[in-house]
Amino acid sequence: MKYKDEYRDATAARNLSGAIRKSVSKPWTIMEICGGQTHAIMKYGLEDLLPEEITLVHGPGCPVCVTPLEMIDKAIAIAKRNDVIFTSYGDMLRVPGSDEDLLSVKANGGDVRMVYSPMDAVTIAEENPDKKVVFFGVGFETTAPGNGMTVAQAHKRGLTNFSLLCSHVLVPPAIEAILSMEGTQVQGFLAAGHVCTVMGYEEYLPLAEKFKVPIIVTGFEPVDILHGIYLCVQQLEAGRFEVENQYSRVVRKEGNPAAKALLADVFDVVDRKWRGIGRIPESGFGISEKYAAYDAERIFDVGDIKVNEPEVCIAGAVLQGLRKPEECAAFGKECTPEHPLGAPMVSSEGACAAYFHYGK
Amino acid sequence: MSDKPDIDLSGGFACPIPKSEYDKVLLAHGGGGTLSSQLIQKMFLPQFDNPMLNLEHDGAVFETGGARLAFSTDSYVVQPIFFPGGDIGELAVNGTVNDLAMCGAKPLYLSVGFIIEEGLPLDDLWRIVLSMKTAADKAGVQIVTGDTKVVDRGKGDKIFINTSGVGVIEEGVNSSPKNCRPGDKILLSGRIAEHGVTIMSAREGLEFESAVQSDSAPLNKMVEEMLAVSKNIRVLRDPTRGGVSSALNEIASAAGMGMLIDETKIPITETVRAACDILGLDPLYIANEGKLLAVVPAEDAEAVLAVMRKNEFGRHAAMIGEVLEENSGRVVMKTSIGSKRVVDMLSGEQLPRIC
Repeated sequence: MKYKDEYRDATAARNLSGAIRKSVSKPWTIMEICGGQTHAIMKYGLEDLLPEEITLVHGPGCPVCVTPLEMIDKAIAIAKRNDVIFTSYGDMLRVPGSDEDLLSVKANGGDVRMVYSPMDAVTIAEENPDKKVVFFGVGFETTAPGNGMTVAQAHKRGLTNFSLLCSHVLVPPAIEAILSMEGTQVQGFLAAGHVCTVMGYEEYLPLAEKFKVPIIVTGFEPVDILHGIYLCVQQLEAGRFEVENQYSRVVRKEGNPAAKALLADVFDVVDRKWRGIGRIPESGFGISEKYAAYDAERIFDVGDIKVNEPEVCIAGAVLQGLRKPEECAAFGKECTPEHPLGAPMVSSEGACAAYFHYGK
Repeated sequence: MSDKPDIDLSGGFACPIPKSEYDKVLLAHGGGGTLSSQLIQKMFLPQFDNPMLNLEHDGAVFETGGARLAFSTDSYVVQPIFFPGGDIGELAVNGTVNDLAMCGAKPLYLSVGFIIEEGLPLDDLWRIVLSMKTAADKAGVQIVTGDTKVVDRGKGDKIFINTSGVGVIEEGVNSSPKNCRPGDKILLSGRIAEHGVTIMSAREGLEFESAVQSDSAPLNKMVEEMLAVSKNIRVLRDPTRGGVSSALNEIASAAGMGMLIDETKIPITETVRAACDILGLDPLYIANEGKLLAVVPAEDAEAVLAVMRKNEFGRHAAMIGEVLEENSGRVVMKTSIGSKRVVDMLSGEQLPRIC
């Protein structure tokens, strides 16, 4: 992992910071899409290194944050069943549903297990043939191949007790939604490097063209992000709007063909509701007909879910980049990482949690 | 945290249960972070209220018969019970030895309480007992009293161990955050996060390129050597649960002073750093079982650091920062890229993130 040091290097960061200062002649608003980048910006105090002309707004790229409340409530309802072992990545466990979170289900005796790899959930299903094992498949294009692999593998191994509760979302439709919104201030984007590792960046070309915004495919280390901002500022100042690949050490234009083939097999593109934003057409993955037998939503009838979103929470505006976390009346008061009102306070990738932890 | 009053009097005149955001105990209440701290602040301190407890040190310090004694207790519930670099028995001895050492005491006697789940192989218990004996010998303490309980299968998790201990504090030694002064140096005895990453890897079957081992170790000899060089050591703390960040925040907050630490000075191995990167965890919040933090007057810092580095458990000791008058209660870190950010207490459990 030594290779990372050069992307966390103080001299390189200072040089880029100087170069950005030199090239800026007027204010620009740039959105980093990915929560991992938001986290790095806060963790490394990158805003400290930027001239005041540059405003960074934090996009909806935190999978935990945009998973709709209905889906969380569904997960909770399924996890409460005695015949179910509910498995999930760690940070989904504390996301508040309408009444409780998955950790509370666990504290009340539900069999809720945190896994590090989605394939662990398939193994749990193999080891517990008398239980129904559900994996909460959440995330963007980055995690979709891994989560999709569970379904393909469960099918291959002939498992009948495994299913995926699928709430996958896609980045390009979110960019399109944000740019189509009235009052949007975003003039340039840092696209999420890891999403593009899977998908490539061809699908961003028409977006840059249609909305006349530069889109920079950017990595996650502090020097990557500063470099992405630098490239974006260069384009903005020159009036260019192209897709540029800052993260070329990892991302290829065509992405990862094997992963894309798996996605095409296991998933269909569907409309999805985004927490805090609303329904975006063709913005997510749902499990394809071929694998319907592995779709937790079709297997478990959890009845009508009535959701109850806290009124004070401005997560929606934060996720759209319209407001900053500290502008929320509940920030750091009623809403803290121990007791989050909205999802952005849960995951370390959520803008609110990043602001809270790193003392903004 | 909340604007609501801490105590809800609507239940009448009986002692009401203090208001909390959860009505059940969650794992995070034992995680050493903010929820643990809320239990202590809202339930334990107000009811058990006394000057020794209220200091919230690793152990209580009191005088009797002309001697100053330190008294401390800790329970061990680690899973798995055997892990690379140690086991629950060694951890139980070293943990209490270290808690006493952090009071500036020379640990003398330990008690041990076993809570054993029916069905534990006697071979496993024997391994644990032998390992406790070895650890006690190494630390120079004796296990002088004990208790054993067995619970039904399924009512425990193999074995839980409680140890308590007493130690004696030499004249002139006083380890307390209140002693901190602006300009004091912050010393850290070695590479961080090894115990926590080892346990997580062992528990989840994660494998990294090079093996990670728990750093479980008795620190009392090193503390003795440090105190021999400077009796003015302000405060000692072992950054166990909640890691270096939580320990520094506790000291800063109790001292009413700020701290500035330098990320590039914090010792950590490449493997542990990489493991934390992969899992999305911050090593500053991960548990250590054989490390200490010391706040030392600037003029004594080099000498204390030198004796730490000569000790087998302090070879990688480093000066990581200093105490400031400003930013009372806050720990600020100069990051590896030269910017500054606040390092906060751990909130809840650290949960590995999705991507």
